[in-house]
Amino acid sequence: MSAVTRPRVLPQVHTRRAVPRRAGRLVLRYALLLLVLGFAVFPFLWTLAIALTDKHAGGSIYDFPASLFPRRVTLGNFVEVYNTFSLGKYIWNSVSITAMTVVGTLVISALAAYPLARFRFPGRQVIFGIIVATLVLPGETTFIVNTLTLKHLGLLGTHLGVVLPTVAGAFGIFLMRQAFMAVPHALLEAARLDGAGEFTVLTRIMLPLTRPSQAALGIFTLVTSWNAYFWPMLVLSATPDQMPLSVAVLKLKGQFNYDPFNIAAGALFMMIPVLLVFLAAQRLFMRGLEGAVK
Amino acid sequence: MRASWRDTLLSYAFLAPAIILLGLFTFYPLAYGTFLGFTQYDGARFAQGLGPKWVGLDNFRALIADPLFLTSLWNSVRYLLVVPLLQLASLAVAVLVNRELPAMPFFRAAYYVPVITTITATAVMWDWIYNKEGTLNWVLSGLHLLPQGAAFGWLNNEQTAFWAVMLVTFWRGFGYYMVLYLAGLQSIPAELEEAARLDGASSWQRFWRITVPMMRPTILLCSLLSTIAALRVLEEPLVLTQGGPLNSTYTALMYVYSKAFQGFNFDYGLASAAGLVVAVVALLLSLANFRLFRDSTGEQA
Repeated sequence: MSAVTRPRVLPQVHTRRAVPRRAGRLVLRYALLLLVLGFAVFPFLWTLAIALTDKHAGGSIYDFPASLFPRRVTLGNFVEVYNTFSLGKYIWNSVSITAMTVVGTLVISALAAYPLARFRFPGRQVIFGIIVATLVLPGETTFIVNTLTLKHLGLLGTHLGVVLPTVAGAFGIFLMRQAFMAVPHALLEAARLDGAGEFTVLTRIMLPLTRPSQAALGIFTLVTSWNAYFWPMLVLSATPDQMPLSVAVLKLKGQFNYDPFNIAAGALFMMIPVLLVFLAAQRLFMRGLEGAVK
Repeated sequence: MRASWRDTLLSYAFLAPAIILLGLFTFYPLAYGTFLGFTQYDGARFAQGLGPKWVGLDNFRALIADPLFLTSLWNSVRYLLVVPLLQLASLAVAVLVNRELPAMPFFRAAYYVPVITTITATAVMWDWIYNKEGTLNWVLSGLHLLPQGAAFGWLNNEQTAFWAVMLVTFWRGFGYYMVLYLAGLQSIPAELEEAARLDGASSWQRFWRITVPMMRPTILLCSLLSTIAALRVLEEPLVLTQGGPLNSTYTALMYVYSKAFQGFNFDYGLASAAGLVVAVVALLLSLANFRLFRDSTGEQA
């Protein structure tokens, strides 16, 4: 609390000494930023460097820092790992699971959010409460019972089995509810007077007007689903051919233990699509995350 | 305004898919999983085609008697050490990037990249850093913090593996909380800061007197999220160390997972009971978080 008892000083913005001090602070700020940047992205840069290194040019990945600068650059590792491990199959599995999850989440969230945002009906508070509760309920045992349920439904080992338990989430329903509540009431009244049914109102007015929220939710879901490891690993453990890339990459690590170049290339196959999506839609993505907090 | 029959019917039709899925995959497993915790339901019964059998508290007694479970629970509780470090760091980083200066959007995005990296790619990358010949040893011996020839694999050493795994959790998490804190920081009215500045408050004073009190809800949310995430940590030790060496990174949820799905005598009853214990600890910690937070900041703000 010494900061409080210190005598008050007047703002120094206009004194001559203040200019170098401010410059110093700015330099310090950027120095810290760069330090954190190194911590955050170093593993990626190294992986990228290894993946691009021609392994026949000599040198080990542990010749650090020399391994950060490949002697000879090649895309050969990507081709090799893709072919020998038939990565195409796993990529396709990832695409299938992710696409189903994104579409399912968008449809179910929009459908559920519409009445919650726009209608008054008995049980509304209860249902909203139930959805909120999913955020705080501890689900430590749900994955055990869910695998049993999927087995009974004959969905264990299928992509649909991975997708179904994940598509109805409080996050998506909240986000869409917020978006729908912001649509002007007059617009809906006008459409209804013109004789539009509720489904038409939803698809022709609500959805087109809430594209940014849907995009944010879609991207968020895409990234989460593409990267998911534990749940798909569990559901697909008996059907290795159905595994997504996120699970397969680890098997790669076991298989090519002494070929880090191929492992690095495999890891990048995993990361690059999400990275591109993230960079392209970064603002939407961040807004989606912030929107979920407020 | 009274609800019409038509509106009610329509509403439930729209809500039906979400309600059915939530019921089937969230609420039913919560209830049934709780029930399973008090039953015997394992490979032996599966083999005979039998259902779960009520055994009362037997599973919980078995858990208390199992040193592996106690170790795993202790590791999960010990893992909470990451929470204060993670929260302080991500709040600090959020303050650092919360200025409209050149390249700030770039830094914010770059810090978020570890968050959107799958655990499997993360495991591959950090394996090399922690390797005996990896970069961590290179840096430390370069700084003379590690004597020549003393290099070791950080994930293979029972003294360090736990902390090495925790650092990966830290790395994956700080960008996430940074974004949440950033959202909180940007919702603080600029006039408030300006008025304090005109009153001669130093930036340190402004931080403690304005920023922190205004950020209270965000700090509570983040520490709550991160406490629960730390207690439930599973993926990092699962892919980085498989719980080893000598169970030094074996966490409570790993215990739940391995009892239910690994080995030949998979035991849903015992695993569910272990899951219930973790769930109860998580609930208690959340409550404690609320209490602690309210008491330490009071209502004076």
